[in-house]
Amino acid sequence: MFSPNELSSYLIIGAILFSLGLFTVLTRRNAISVLMGVELILNSANINYVAFSHYSSGGLEGQIYAIFVIMLAAAEAAVGLAIVLAIFQIFHTIDVEAAETLKE
Amino acid sequence: MNVSTAVFYLIAIITVGSAVMVAFSRNIIYSAFSLLGTFGGVAGLYVFLGADFVAAVQLLIYVGGILILILFAVMLTHRITEVEVTNRAAGRIPALIVIGVLIYLLLQTVQETPWVKAKEITYAATTGRIGDLFLENYLLPFELASLVLLVAMIGAVVLSRKEIKE
Repeated sequence: MFSPNELSSYLIIGAILFSLGLFTVLTRRNAISVLMGVELILNSANINYVAFSHYSSGGLEGQIYAIFVIMLAAAEAAVGLAIVLAIFQIFHTIDVEAAETLKE
Repeated sequence: MNVSTAVFYLIAIITVGSAVMVAFSRNIIYSAFSLLGTFGGVAGLYVFLGADFVAAVQLLIYVGGILILILFAVMLTHRITEVEVTNRAAGRIPALIVIGVLIYLLLQTVQETPWVKAKEITYAATTGRIGDLFLENYLLPFELASLVLLVAMIGAVVLSRKEIKE
């Protein structure tokens, strides 16, 4: 059942990565850790895109979507971490609970 | 069990094990470095799926770019001695219940859905065909992607520069 030539084994890995990413986003109080969880979720989605493109459609569309997702993840990481650094300069902590006020 | 199956199991274990470390580690430095295992393992899975270009992009952008950015952010925002205190986690029990139910449903779906099978599974170099697709069918998203990257770059610079008060 769990072999390199089965679609389902890749989907299982993707499901586990998604759940762990969601767990990280739900439980962490640290903004950078939350961003790490988002990266895990994006990776799991990418595994599914590439696996379906290989085993179900046989084309390259899934891989193209995966590349777009990677590109958006890079943009998200750059802007997200810039926001985190700006929050740190103002509040001197990156606890997401500290940043719930809209001004200093 | 032949060699490729063994390598697949190894990559799967590295990927999932590192992700578990990211989710549960008490030290944010360990979490950040565990992401390396996850990203590298996912690149290995792409190789098994015949996606050589995506695997290379994954290594270049995730490991070479995003992971370095995250490590920089960790180093810039923490006094290293306080690292274990600052990676607080709250509400673990409800979150564990939520992801337990979620993972059960997802695995059930994976097992029971009759997935469509491709007629033939090919293993060929993909880079040239991906380039053709980007400049033919996906030209507009490709150009939009460059615009998004430009906006993200300007946004990051504006957000993280020091404000000069007159």
